[in-house]
Amino acid sequence: MATLTYRDALNVALREEMARDDRVFLMGEEVAEYDGAYKVSRGLLKEFGPKRVVDTPIAELGFAGIGVGAAMVGLRPVIEMMTWNFALLAIDQIVNSAAKMRYMSGGQVGVPIVFRGPGGAALQLGAQHSQAFESYYAHIPGLKVIAPATPADAKGLLKAAIRDEDPVVFIEGEMLYNLKGEVPDGDHVTPIGKADIKRAGKDVTIICHSKTVAPSLKAAEALAAEGVDAEVIDLRTIRPLDVDTILESVARTNRCVVAEEGWPFAGVGAQVVDTIQREAFDALDAPILRVTGADVPMPYNKVLERAAKVDAAKIQDAAKKVLYL
Amino acid sequence: MTATARSTKAPDAATQALHRSYLRQMMLIRRFEEKAGEAYSLGKIGGFCHLYIGQEAVAVGVMAALRPDDHVISAYREHGHALARGLTSRAVMAELFGKATGSSAGKGGSMHIFDAAAGFLGGHGIVGSHIPLAAGVAFAHKYRGGDQLCVCFFGEAAANIGAFHETLNMASLWDLPAIFIVENNGYGMGTAVSRAAAVTNLSVRGNAYDMPAEQVDGQNVLTVREAMDRAVTRARAESKPTLLEIKTYRYVGHSMSDAAHGTYRTKDEVDEYRRRDPIAVLADLMKAGGYWDDGRHDALVTEVQAEVEDAVTFADASPDPDPSALYTDVYAPEGR
Repeated sequence: MATLTYRDALNVALREEMARDDRVFLMGEEVAEYDGAYKVSRGLLKEFGPKRVVDTPIAELGFAGIGVGAAMVGLRPVIEMMTWNFALLAIDQIVNSAAKMRYMSGGQVGVPIVFRGPGGAALQLGAQHSQAFESYYAHIPGLKVIAPATPADAKGLLKAAIRDEDPVVFIEGEMLYNLKGEVPDGDHVTPIGKADIKRAGKDVTIICHSKTVAPSLKAAEALAAEGVDAEVIDLRTIRPLDVDTILESVARTNRCVVAEEGWPFAGVGAQVVDTIQREAFDALDAPILRVTGADVPMPYNKVLERAAKVDAAKIQDAAKKVLYL
Repeated sequence: MTATARSTKAPDAATQALHRSYLRQMMLIRRFEEKAGEAYSLGKIGGFCHLYIGQEAVAVGVMAALRPDDHVISAYREHGHALARGLTSRAVMAELFGKATGSSAGKGGSMHIFDAAAGFLGGHGIVGSHIPLAAGVAFAHKYRGGDQLCVCFFGEAAANIGAFHETLNMASLWDLPAIFIVENNGYGMGTAVSRAAAVTNLSVRGNAYDMPAEQVDGQNVLTVREAMDRAVTRARAESKPTLLEIKTYRYVGHSMSDAAHGTYRTKDEVDEYRRRDPIAVLADLMKAGGYWDDGRHDALVTEVQAEVEDAVTFADASPDPDPSALYTDVYAPEGR
């Protein structure tokens, strides 16, 4: 067990999978000679050479499609989006090509590809560079959507994503890259579609993922000081959603808060709430509350930006409300 | 045009047989598409259905230059490409009918014909969206070594979309063994190329990416084949891409809902192009060489009619997909 940053955990996963399988290659803007815009690919060019670590022009649609084409005939591309904001230029390839290929070919042509890069807001980057895309892609049958919160999950889930037979949208937390944590050595592969109970508790379930996991845990500590024992579930995979873990927890706590970085309308939390009300209506002792980013384009101003973002205090308040405290 | 394409002297027996096979494929595509049009009007085929009538020499001339281990990827006017690549009339017709026996098990339809075993990778419905896929397939061929290539068919309207330019740039930058076929039939739906492209000679767009390019007469299958041979050699021997603008014409509407003429083009214009019909161009050349005649032609007409009738009968009699098929093929089966 080594202590690694989230960034280096991703780097290790890439390195191990590239060493393990010569069909795996990394393609994207600045991934090779620049060592990665966020240094996730640091050292990979030196180790694997330019055939397998490929710098592209700024042409997201084009190189996303090139990745899909290569996957159609059996390679295992990892396509880095410098940020998911830029992947909007490539969404046609992700949705219309990658997600639908297996189905519209009657099962003949699969697309084992990973699209990965940082998502969510950083600090004062303004409206076009500060958005969470999980719900966009989770809407699409044919895609799997992963958003890890810890270095260990970043490594284990990226390795699982690269080995998966289907297209995976892998959304890293731009503000998580420097987060440190213990990461299992060796072939640590985390199953796709399994949530993780990051903190066990009995009074209220807080469901979160990616950047809302840390504030949820912080909120749980603050709640503990007030005598409330909160359970924190990290979804880890958005699609397929781990319904069993969610329902099992809510059946015990009878109260639930869903926190996510994205916008409220048709967000990930909306899907989670829909599932719970259908499958566990009788278990609920209070309406489920959601904590989301504000329903606005992200403002630049520091004070406004802080107001737009999810934080521990907002999650704590919501938990107290569902407990009628 | 080259000497071979103009020749009126009888070629050797192997070449004569080749020409007969080109003629048969073009006639099969023509008859298949006419029949698909009929089946559409009878409600046997649903959705969109884009016919290839008039453009047959392009598909046949291009495919003739390929090997079985090459790959082909196309847009949504691809019935002819699929047939020329060797998919059976039955499999393609059954797909148009949405049947379980179709090439995509009834889940794709007219715009999404696939046959992985034949290296036929669709059938794509978003204009220009599949152009980067072709470069990706070519990237994989180069990555693995060997001399396979990937051919990509698209209409001239797709040459105005960003994916075309991004792909040509990277294909040239990285020396990918891809051949990009612009089938310039003059119109993107109802918009004439001169109303959509600032430079109507689309082959010159290769210059912007340092990619060898040619304009090719698409009504003569032999000319198409010769241009393809040059491109194939370039791809196999040098791992370099080529852009071929193949000038052709569709006699029918864009899809099934628009008339062949009367709005964006005149009947005279359609008739003018029909006078250089690709089937007649080759048949006349063969007749001039003394190795074709009306009797053999009529027999071939009967032969392809029978094949297409059989395909329709097969498609009609085939079952719909099982209801359970609705939820299969979304993801890989468990345990893979």
